[in-house]
Amino acid sequence: MEFLVDILLLSDSTLRVAGPLILAALAGLCAERAGIVDIGLEGKMLAAAFAAASAASVTASPWAGLLAGIVASVLLSLLHGYVSINQRGNQIVSGMAINIMVAGLAPTLANAWFSRGGQTPLLPSEARFTEITLPFADAISGVPLLGAIYSDLLSGHSLLTYVAFVAVPTVGWILYKTRFGLRLRAVGENPEAVDTAGISVTLLRYQAMIIAGILCGISGSALSTALGAGFIRDMSAGKGFLALAAMIFGKWKPVPTLLACLLFAFVDALQGRLQGVALPLVGEIPVQFTIMLPYVLTVIILAGFVGKMEAPKASGIPYEKDR
Amino acid sequence: MKYLFIKMLALTALLVGSTYAATAQDFRPVLLYDIGGKFDKSFNEAAFRGAERFNTDTGIEFRDFEPNSETQYEQALKRFARRRADLIVAVGVGYAVAVRNVAQRYPDVKFTVIDAVIDLPNVQSVTFKENEGSFLVGMIAGMATKSGKVGFIGGMDIPLIRRFQVGYDQGVRFVRDDIEFIENYVGTTPSAWNDPIKAAEMAKSQYARGVDIIFSAAGPSGLGVINAAKDSNALAIGVDSNQNHVQPGFVLTSMLKRVDLAVEQAMQQAKNGTWAPGHVVMGLPEGGVDYALDEYNASLITDEMKQRLEEARAKIISGEIAVADVEGSNEGH
Repeated sequence: MEFLVDILLLSDSTLRVAGPLILAALAGLCAERAGIVDIGLEGKMLAAAFAAASAASVTASPWAGLLAGIVASVLLSLLHGYVSINQRGNQIVSGMAINIMVAGLAPTLANAWFSRGGQTPLLPSEARFTEITLPFADAISGVPLLGAIYSDLLSGHSLLTYVAFVAVPTVGWILYKTRFGLRLRAVGENPEAVDTAGISVTLLRYQAMIIAGILCGISGSALSTALGAGFIRDMSAGKGFLALAAMIFGKWKPVPTLLACLLFAFVDALQGRLQGVALPLVGEIPVQFTIMLPYVLTVIILAGFVGKMEAPKASGIPYEKDR
Repeated sequence: MKYLFIKMLALTALLVGSTYAATAQDFRPVLLYDIGGKFDKSFNEAAFRGAERFNTDTGIEFRDFEPNSETQYEQALKRFARRRADLIVAVGVGYAVAVRNVAQRYPDVKFTVIDAVIDLPNVQSVTFKENEGSFLVGMIAGMATKSGKVGFIGGMDIPLIRRFQVGYDQGVRFVRDDIEFIENYVGTTPSAWNDPIKAAEMAKSQYARGVDIIFSAAGPSGLGVINAAKDSNALAIGVDSNQNHVQPGFVLTSMLKRVDLAVEQAMQQAKNGTWAPGHVVMGLPEGGVDYALDEYNASLITDEMKQRLEEARAKIISGEIAVADVEGSNEGH
């Protein structure tokens, strides 16, 4: 029974942690599918987290926070778009520049506005996306297994976590079932063909960057207004890069990317659970080793199990019309 | 970027200009904060409060400086040393290397560095016995727990944080020996101090496994633990400064490090001529560490608990109880 409870707790934690990861990975996916490498996910997440926490703390409304987070992230996305689409700059350099800029700018602004050591004030419950209890969760919690899964595992997450899981089929539908999606994918594979058909490569890529900005903005807002309660310097803690890895691991497809995010989140939850626990045969594992676990697993999976990975062909290459 | 630079220059000029007028006195103390700003509701603000008390007591003005990055540590130290400051108090283990370099070049200036140990003839090093303070909050946790399970969440896994854990563990067991103890570390790199999401996730996991009180020694990540306590309707214990007000009713107490006291004492001593270089350790006897009691947690700490805490405090001071320590806690990282 205790084993079952453990599994349930781990899964619950997995869903929570995976939320922002999924949204950021989908943001990266939209951008790369349109031919723009978006290594600035980390910075955009952090900027959104900061903007969301600031706005939510001033207005006491999580919705204002979410809006501010999305705006901040979209603006940075457009900046990245301007550098890589109009100016044909190096996309990796531009993305890293965004990461470094935000890492410095956000705590500096926080210090100037709130004077709290680079943090924003802690948000009260009404300024956060709090946990939602799904309908009938209390009523059927008594039902064995199913009740526990529904009321403990699926119910009781913040709105933004549910948004993340809804975003996967939505992005999939846009990419594979709409004309816009077809064009977006084409612009990442063969922009010349799109251009020949009389469709603007520039416009399509900007649209992709805006979608990526929105998704990444929700992801960052989730960090500071749903999972956390305020902005803290460097609070994205590498999640943007992890999302990028998940996207590559998921071969630039929505559902495999979702699974990759869930795997990363699960291993992360597991390593917290394994700390200081004596396992049969091996005894207690040192903290240093358990913390290493997610990364070791990533390497093993990427090296051994994924197989051939093909990025969108035009990904990272600026489109020049008169070449 | 350029504008930021110009703005910073202007600010520095303003700062220097405004404080320079006050230097027409015999004793000129300087206070250098760690990164994070003067009013960070924690370490720096405590140091500022200490210097303010010195100012009210003696009427002597002090100059201070808030660095924005680690590269400014050494610049600031040099600048103030060159302008013949009498005492420079640097707050935080981050200053260790910078103070060592600058103190060698300015042997006539007195330096007091807090949280690091530097062996030079003109440097006073102040460290705290965090394990003794942690022992007391451990006792509180042991007396207050209903489930018989208590937790600990550390930031980065370094000897200094192990010192908190050792004292806490011992304090819990001093009260009851049937208590289950769950510990977690957020990470093994400095990013572990700034990951409240992961800390909150660990806290939620501990609470779900039956823990009802968690002591977090994790810097800003600890805010995630305090928030998780509120979300899970359980209790957390704050650290360094009094964090009882962060989520009133959900913070059982806080383990205090009296940085304010250290700063005030160093300035007073330097003024009175009793300042001496060497290593000053501030434990329970010196009032350097303590547990926090205020209106936010008054209802959580009973009189009986207070009585037992005072008994234990007396025993630690008299040496009857020896609180365990961890080697290498103040060697920087």
